[in-house]
Amino acid sequence: MALFKREELHGMVEKRGASLWLTHVVMILGVLVIFFPIWLAFVASTVTQPEIVKPPMPLWPGDQFVENYSKALFSGVNVPVTTMLFNSLVMAIGIAVGKIAISLLSAFAIVYFKFPGKMLFFWMIFLTLMLPVEVRIVPTYEVVAGFGMLNSYGGLIMPLIASATATFLFRQFFLTIPDELAEAARVDGASPMRFFWDIVVPMSRTNVAALFVILFIYGWNQYLWPLLITTDPEMNTIVMGIKQMFPSGDDVADWPVIMATSILAMIPPVIVVVSMQRLFIRGLVDSEK
Amino acid sequence: MEKRVTFRGWWLPLLLIAPQVLISAVFFFYPAGQAIYQSLFIPDPFGLSSRFVGLGNFEFLFGDKFYRAAFGTTALFSILVTLCSMIPALFLAVIADRLIKGSGVYRTMLIWPYAVAPAVAGVLWLFMFNTRVGVVSWYLGNFGYDWNHVLNGGEAMGIVVVASAWGRISYNFLFFFAALQAVPRSVIEAAAIDGARFWRRFWTIVLPLLSPTTFFLLVVNIVYSFFETFGVIHTITAGGPQQSTTILVYKVFADGFVGQDLGSSSAQSVVLLVVVGLLTIIQFKFVEKRVHY
Repeated sequence: MALFKREELHGMVEKRGASLWLTHVVMILGVLVIFFPIWLAFVASTVTQPEIVKPPMPLWPGDQFVENYSKALFSGVNVPVTTMLFNSLVMAIGIAVGKIAISLLSAFAIVYFKFPGKMLFFWMIFLTLMLPVEVRIVPTYEVVAGFGMLNSYGGLIMPLIASATATFLFRQFFLTIPDELAEAARVDGASPMRFFWDIVVPMSRTNVAALFVILFIYGWNQYLWPLLITTDPEMNTIVMGIKQMFPSGDDVADWPVIMATSILAMIPPVIVVVSMQRLFIRGLVDSEK
Repeated sequence: MEKRVTFRGWWLPLLLIAPQVLISAVFFFYPAGQAIYQSLFIPDPFGLSSRFVGLGNFEFLFGDKFYRAAFGTTALFSILVTLCSMIPALFLAVIADRLIKGSGVYRTMLIWPYAVAPAVAGVLWLFMFNTRVGVVSWYLGNFGYDWNHVLNGGEAMGIVVVASAWGRISYNFLFFFAALQAVPRSVIEAAAIDGARFWRRFWTIVLPLLSPTTFFLLVVNIVYSFFETFGVIHTITAGGPQQSTTILVYKVFADGFVGQDLGSSSAQSVVLLVVVGLLTIIQFKFVEKRVHY
C-alpha cells in the first residue's frame, strides 16, 4: 500500500486553500508592478497636458483619448505618427523577410551541395555573429552613405539583414530532413530548386513563422541604426521618432502626444508576441540555442 | 554533420549563397576592416589626409581616464542589469510554477514588456522619474527624497539599470518558467515525502537543476546589457551626468558621431570587437555544453 495518497502528495508540493490564494496575490502584485509603466503611459495618453504638468498626475484614464491619439497619428510633433508607423512596418517586415530569404537559400546551399569555398563561406557567415551593428557603426554608416542610401528603406534594412543565427537555425533543421526525400527527388529527376520549393520550404513553415515573430520584433525595436541614417523626419521610424519629439532646451514636452506615440509604438510588437505566443517562445528558444 | 545525399553542380550553390555572402562582405567585413584600418590613423582636422600612428590611438584611449571609467561603468551596469532582471524573473517563475491553473494568463501578461523596445522603455521610465512631472519622483519628494537623475550620477545609473532590466524580466521569466516545468515532479515529490519544505527543496534541488538555464541567461543578459541598451541610455540620460552612464557602446557613438573623433571611435570599435569575440567564445564553449551535474 502506498504510504501517501496521490492527493496528499500534491498537497505537499502544490498549494491549496489559503496559501493558494496567497500565491495568486503575490503573482498579481508582480504583474501589476511590471505593468505599471505601461499603465501610466496609457493614462498619460488620455489626459490633458495641464493635468500632467501639475503633479501628481491622475492614475486613472481621462477623456482625451480620441483627441490625443488623433493629434499624434495625423499631425504629431515633427511628422505624423502614421508616417513613422509605416516606416517601422516596412523596416520590420523588410528585415524579417530579407533575413529569412537569404538564410533559407544559403543554408540550403551549405547543407545540400558540395562546392569550392564552402567552408570559407560557412566561417564567413559564422563570423558575422560577432559583429553587432553597434560595434561597427561609424564605418557602416560611411558605406551606406557612399551608396547614397541614407534616408532610404534600403539603408534601413540592408545592413541589418545578414544573420548567422537564422542561417544556423535553418542548417540545423535541414540536417534533420530525411535523406530519403532528397534521394527520391533526385531519382525522379527533380532539379535542386524544385526540391527546395516543393519539399524544403513547406517543411520549414513552422521554423519560418517562429523566426518571423522574433525578427519582426528585432526590426521594429531598432533604435541606433535608424537614428544615424534617417535625418529626414519623413523617414523616421516610430521607436526612434519618439525621442525626436522631445523639445531641445527648456520647453515643456507635449507629454500626452508623446505617451500616445509610445503606446502606438508598442502595440504592433505586443500584438505579434501575445497572439503568436507559442511560435514566439519556440522562436526564442530555437534562436538562442 | 554532412548530408549523405547532395546535389551536383557548383554554380547553383554559389548563386544561392551569394546574397548572404555579399551582404556580409559589404556591411560586415568591409566596415570591420575599415574600423581596424582607421584605428591606426589620426585624420587631420580638415579630414583631408590622415597620419599613421600605429597603436597610438589605443595608447591614447587607455590613457584616457574617461575611457577607463567607461569600462568600469559598463561592468557595473551589466552586472546590475543582469541581477535586476534575473532575480525578479526567477521569483515570479517559481511562484507561477506552484500554480496548477492560471499560470498561462500570468505568462501572457508578463510577456508584454519584452515587446517594448528599449528606447520606448526608456521613455516610459523617464516619464515616471521626470524631475518636473514624474509621478514616482513626486511621491519620493513627498517622502522627503529629492530625486534628480539629471544631476545625481548614482540615481542616473539606477534609473537606466531598472529601465534596461524591466523588459528583460519577461525574457528571463519565460526561460526560467520553461526550465521549472521541466523539473521532474517525482524528484520534488520524493523530497517532499522526506520532509523537505518548500524553500529547502528550492535551494537543494530546484536551483541546482536550473543551473544550465541560469548560466545561459547570465551570458545572454550580459551580452544584452553591453550591446542592446543603447536606446535606454540615449533616451534617459544621454550618457550623463558627467559620463556616469556612458557605457562602451554609448561612447563609440558619442565620440564617433557627436565628437567626430574617428581615430578614437575606430579604436574603440576594435576594442569592442575583441570584447564581442570573447563573449561569443564564452557563449559557445560553456553554453553549448551547458553546466551539468
